[in-house]
Amino acid sequence: MINQYEVIETNEMIERENLDVRTITLGISLLDCIDSNLESLNEKIYTKIYEAAKDLVKTGEEISREFGIPIVNKRISVTPIALIGGAACRTVEDFASIAKTLDRVAHEVGVNFIGGYSALVSKGMTPADELLIRSIPLALSTTERVCSSVNLGSTRTGINMDAVKLMGEMILQTAEYTKEEDSLGCAKLVVFCNAPDDNPFMAGAFHGVTEADKIINVGVSGPGVVKTALEKVRGENFEVLCETIKKTAFKVTRVGQLVAQEASKMLNVPFGIVDLSLAPTPAIGDSVADILCEIGLEYAGAPGTTAALALLNDQVKKGGVMASSYVGGLSGAFIPVSEDQGMIDAVTAGALTLEKLEAMTCVCSVGLDMIAIPGDTKATTISGIIADEMAIGMVNQKTTAVRIIPVIGKGVGENVEFGGLLGHAPIMPVNPFSCDAFVNRGGRIPAPIHSFKN
Amino acid sequence: MKKTIITVVGKDTVGIIAKVCTYLAENDINILDISQTIVQGYFNMMMIVDTNNTPKSFGDMADELAAIGQQIGVVIKCQKEEIFDSMHRI
Repeated sequence: MINQYEVIETNEMIERENLDVRTITLGISLLDCIDSNLESLNEKIYTKIYEAAKDLVKTGEEISREFGIPIVNKRISVTPIALIGGAACRTVEDFASIAKTLDRVAHEVGVNFIGGYSALVSKGMTPADELLIRSIPLALSTTERVCSSVNLGSTRTGINMDAVKLMGEMILQTAEYTKEEDSLGCAKLVVFCNAPDDNPFMAGAFHGVTEADKIINVGVSGPGVVKTALEKVRGENFEVLCETIKKTAFKVTRVGQLVAQEASKMLNVPFGIVDLSLAPTPAIGDSVADILCEIGLEYAGAPGTTAALALLNDQVKKGGVMASSYVGGLSGAFIPVSEDQGMIDAVTAGALTLEKLEAMTCVCSVGLDMIAIPGDTKATTISGIIADEMAIGMVNQKTTAVRIIPVIGKGVGENVEFGGLLGHAPIMPVNPFSCDAFVNRGGRIPAPIHSFKN
Repeated sequence: MKKTIITVVGKDTVGIIAKVCTYLAENDINILDISQTIVQGYFNMMMIVDTNNTPKSFGDMADELAAIGQQIGVVIKCQKEEIFDSMHRI
């Protein structure tokens, strides 16, 4: 039988170390909503999502209450809208009307984000894909809860540089359209290489076409728990360090697995995956950067950061994989800047630069995340940053992403406040040299060779 | 068997266990195990209870116990056993 010390340990994790289930995300296929009439398409989308998700928030709250574990977010992901709206949409406004429908139903069922305003263009763009991409600034500036993502490359197909160029422009335009709110629109827009079909985390969640009609995916978190566990093994060698991370990740993931199974049972929707991620929040003690410091760095960004992050990421996966029957999504440590107080401190102290962050993305999940840059950054420069990140993902057969926010009207040294889980960030300098000629070439970068690995 | 873990944390005072046990008895909730300790200066009690026969829903039981806790100045929490089982048992 469970003993008192185990109960106390679990409750300490929840109450003091910010252990929580970060998100229950209900994936919903919209493929059966496709219609050539825009009005009936919007109606079908609304009805399908509403019917599937009307009990999601209530169920999440009930599970949270029964187990005494906070479930921070309840969210929805849908089939990439470029596929759904292709037959009905002729203009960017047509596509944006679907975004408004998604926003309306998100408000109605009470979820805080809905993901899937997306296009998958890793090799080429259909006219519908391109139209959707061009509608992103309008869609994100006229909705509150819609998140958008675009997959620009993959290890199998290479990188679609035409789309990379276009996304540089669209990110800047989204920033411009939402400049009254510190370019907040860009915080809800992410580009990927090797985007997973079952990611429960925003802004990149969408319901892949390989998925079932409905599915429950769960994202766990708990950087604070890992940090507290590591405080007890200060000065010990790497073996002890790694064992501690692994055991802690196991415990954290088991909670996610339990919540996923319960949600699946209560909503009568199959369980998809648990995403084993260390996802920080701006709350004190809920930071991945703090774990890196506990491992032995003065600040995140100091020499040794990439190695520390690599081992952290690997041990989280090793511990988590055994704890869950199905693991998927992004699974690893997230390193967003604005959502992690330790990262913000590191940037402010001058320890962490964009280039170091790029190196860190080679060994952890996701990529350049929630980074505020000056609003006068050129579109081609943003495309260049995206291309670099996509190349890392493509060559290393991993997911990489860019969620970068050019804050219109602000420059290096100033601060930007997004509020809530999105946090705040100091604006970081960008390499000022031009990559115009590179980005303007057009076409695509071929897929890398899959043999002769060294 | 449906088991719930009840934890009571707070400043030690007369009658904590009596109050909680009275509530449990009145609602047909059987105590399977009970232990207490002092952690960081705080009174810490844990009970494992069997909730098969109680007419109360989990939510009502949790709310009413929390209210009793408030009256006597301690925090009373109810959680289903599974969360501890999944975290601490392979």
